[in-house]
Formats: sequence, C-alpha cells, structure tokens
Amino acid sequence: MVFALLRYGLGRRHTPFRVLPPTPATLKPSYDVVVIGGGGHGLATAYYLAKDHGITNVAVLERGWLAGGNTARNTAIIRSNYLTPEGVAFYDESVRLYRRLSNDLGINTMVSERGHLTLAHTDAAMRTMRWRAEVNKSLKVDSEVVGPDEIARLCPELDLSRDKRYPILGALYHAPGSIARHDAVAWGYAMGASQRGVEIHQGTEVQSLEIENGRITGVVTNRGRIACGRVVQAVAGRSSEVARMAGLTLPIRTVPLQACVSEPVKPVLDPIIVSGSLHVYISQSARGEFVMGGATDPYALYSSRSTFEFKEVLMADMLELFPFLGHARVLRQWAGMADMTPDFSPVMGLTPVQNYFIDSGWGTWGFKATPVCGLTMAQTIATGTPHPLIEGFRLDRFSRFAQLGERGAASVGH
Amino acid sequence: MKLIPCPLNGPRPVGEFACLGPAKPMPADDAAPEAWADFAYAEDNPAGPILEWWLHVPSGTMFVAERDTVTDTMIRTLWPADFRAAGGRP
Repeated sequence: MVFALLRYGLGRRHTPFRVLPPTPATLKPSYDVVVIGGGGHGLATAYYLAKDHGITNVAVLERGWLAGGNTARNTAIIRSNYLTPEGVAFYDESVRLYRRLSNDLGINTMVSERGHLTLAHTDAAMRTMRWRAEVNKSLKVDSEVVGPDEIARLCPELDLSRDKRYPILGALYHAPGSIARHDAVAWGYAMGASQRGVEIHQGTEVQSLEIENGRITGVVTNRGRIACGRVVQAVAGRSSEVARMAGLTLPIRTVPLQACVSEPVKPVLDPIIVSGSLHVYISQSARGEFVMGGATDPYALYSSRSTFEFKEVLMADMLELFPFLGHARVLRQWAGMADMTPDFSPVMGLTPVQNYFIDSGWGTWGFKATPVCGLTMAQTIATGTPHPLIEGFRLDRFSRFAQLGERGAASVGH
Repeated sequence: MKLIPCPLNGPRPVGEFACLGPAKPMPADDAAPEAWADFAYAEDNPAGPILEWWLHVPSGTMFVAERDTVTDTMIRTLWPADFRAAGGRP
C-alpha cells in the first residue's frame, strides 16, 4: 500500500481520476424512468432506483452540468432537530444515511459531526427551543436545551456577555449536527448510479412534457424526444417552471438565498452556530473558511446575484456573536434559488398526473435531505405509493389544510 | 444600493420597502374552501413579469408594482385605485 502510493506519487504517468461518466452520445428512444434534474436529489433517486429496486433503464437529464445548481450552493449543514414529528423522523433517517454514506458510495463525503447550537436570545425563543427539544427527544433524537455555561464549554469563541442588544440566554444543542462536502455527495451518487447502468445526460434541457389523459407519455428535450414510463422532477429553484409543463401549479415561491465564505484561517470554530433572532448561521469548513449565511431575500427572484444589502445586515449581526470576525475578509459570495413553501416543509410524492412524481419545495433545507429523498422517492416511484416517511409532504396537503409547520425550525430569520 | 420607485416618494432604498406578495383576484366570499386554499397557497411563481403588492414602510404607502423576476427590475407602479379600475380586485 505504502509502496504503491510512493510509486504512484513519484511516477510520471498519471491517468486522470474520472469520477463522472461522460454523457452518452445519444438518448435512447425510451426509458423506464426519466429523472429531470441532475443535482443531489435526482442522482440519489436514480441511485436508489437502481440499487434497491433493480430499475436501471433510467436517464437523468440535466440542463447545465452535474450538481451545479443548489447542490453546489448550499452551506452543507446536516441535522434533524425539527419541530413536527413528520419532519424529525424524515430528516433523522437522512442523518443516519449520511453517517455511512462514504462507505456506501466509496467516495469521501467528509461528513464531520460538529454539534449544532441554535441560540436563543429571548424568552419566546427559549420556549420554542424547549418545544423542539421535547419533540426531538420523544423521537429519540439527541437534542437538549443548554444554558450559557454549557454553551461557553462547547463554543468558547462566542461572545456571551450580557450587556448587549441580544444577550444569549440559552441554546438548543443537537450533537449529531454535521457538515459535509456537498459536491462529493452528488458525485458519489452519480458514480454509483452509472455503475449500475443509469445514463446521466448533461447539457440536456427539458423543453416540454407530453401529457395525455392524465398520464405523461413523453419528454421533449433539446436533444430529441424520449418516451418514458415514469417521470420525476427534482429541480430545486425551477420547480414551478417545470411543474407548469406538466400542468401543475405548486404552493411555491422562488426566492434567492445568499451566502458567503471568509478567507481561510486556522481551526477555531468547532460547532455549527445558528441564531434565528439575529438571522445568521456560521460554521468553519475543513478548509478553514467561515461559511456564513442568513435569511432569504425579501422578494421573489429567479436570479443568483449577490447584494450589498445582504452582507451589510449579515455582518452586523455576525459581529454580535463573534467580534473577532471583524478581522476576517469575505473571499467568495453566491446565491441559490430557494423554492419556499408556505409551511417550510417540502412537497414530495404523487401528483394529479398519474405517472409523474415530484420532489420539490426544498427552500433552504434541501441538502440535508439528499440521501433520504433519494431513498423515499425511489420507493415511491418504484411502487407507485408514497413511502411512509413522505406521506405528510403530499402536494394536496394545502387543499386539505393539513400543513406541516416547520417555520420555527427550518432555517433562520423566518 | 438598490432603489425602488415609490409612487409617492420617488426612488428610495430597497430596505425601506416590504414586498407583500402577488396581487391576484380574490375568491367570492361564499366560494368553496378549495378556492380559498388555492388563493392562499398556490402561486404562479413566474420567471418574468409579476404584479405584486408593495409597501413603503416609513410612509405607509401601499401600491401595486409590476416587476420582472428574472432581471430584478421594476417595470411600473400603480395606485391601488388604478389597479382596481384596470380589473384587478385587491
């Protein structure tokens, strides 16, 4: 092993390490399942379709390049301390899948358990934290309310002084909270899926969907028409536009979510820190960069531009928590398009079009659900009935007034 | 800094405004629950022009704006009375 590594390192001929399979030259005339969207969710769905259900005549269609949308634009946080029993059970399955993902996929996804602290600055916030902790504990999720002494032990870098505008009263502590290497997650699923026969077509844009008598019969792309058995859309940021082609109107508003990273420094911040009242979250990546984000933009937009207003507000609040960050400079900035739902839960499963399935409404909480989405959507597509973990996320919950309110736990600043 | 054209105060910084969501026709008072659910939750969410309610918070000025959700630009603003006269029910 050591000598092989040494020989490889000193050798002169290195073949490039090709993680991703090349796009096949042509599309087949027909596929059993067509997955629209080559991001984490779509690739994971294709992977589990092939691995768990033996369905390998599958095409993943991606307009741009693999995992170049919101899979590349999130802040890679994994946790399950949600508010509704449906949400907690669903995201906790994802945490379990993430823990063994590197072994399952044979690629280093760099899942790093850091612990996750959601700070409370008001009595009302403390009450929500206790509520979340009790729901979490009843579902066997490691989650508890901690006071300032414990916070100081877990994160000595935090400014815990009381003489400021938003003193820290306590926090919800979720030890399994993790961060991961988001690109590797998508690449791993792409690799695993293509090894099992799934075709991944990059640069392939879906232009229209052919619907007849409540069934989808064909998908028209810029590279030709294909016939299909079943179709699933997993296109975070474009969900409404693609669903419109299938004749569906979704309870979704697309709003940009901005984020940025600082220049890299030595490791100083171990846990992931979130403050709902201050509308910020921060973690330190394996590269040493502080990964920072805040609330979504104040109005709907199909654009991934960055703004000065966002950073001005974000940094003012960030300095309340970590005054030492005043010395750090911003290195990169970006935004993703978040498909926000009214109740901050996803929209998944069956649709009024019989053989058309949907994986949408991933707002600001999509990356952490990547493995469980793939697992549950694959089963839903293979069997035609919703997986028990996603029954509550059905599209028709809005007309039945059966929403799953995650506003208090889904993100920050909402 | 991004400026939004307020019909009363002229161009003002975007931070002074609140976007109150799409301006769309309201169901009749005795409409079925499904129609109200549709009004409350379903969204056109277009990539392109959209009509929305906006509020200039410091002056309490409510108006309707047509905005392009791809280019992030305001196309025009309307007073609620003109919006109603043009057929839009608040």
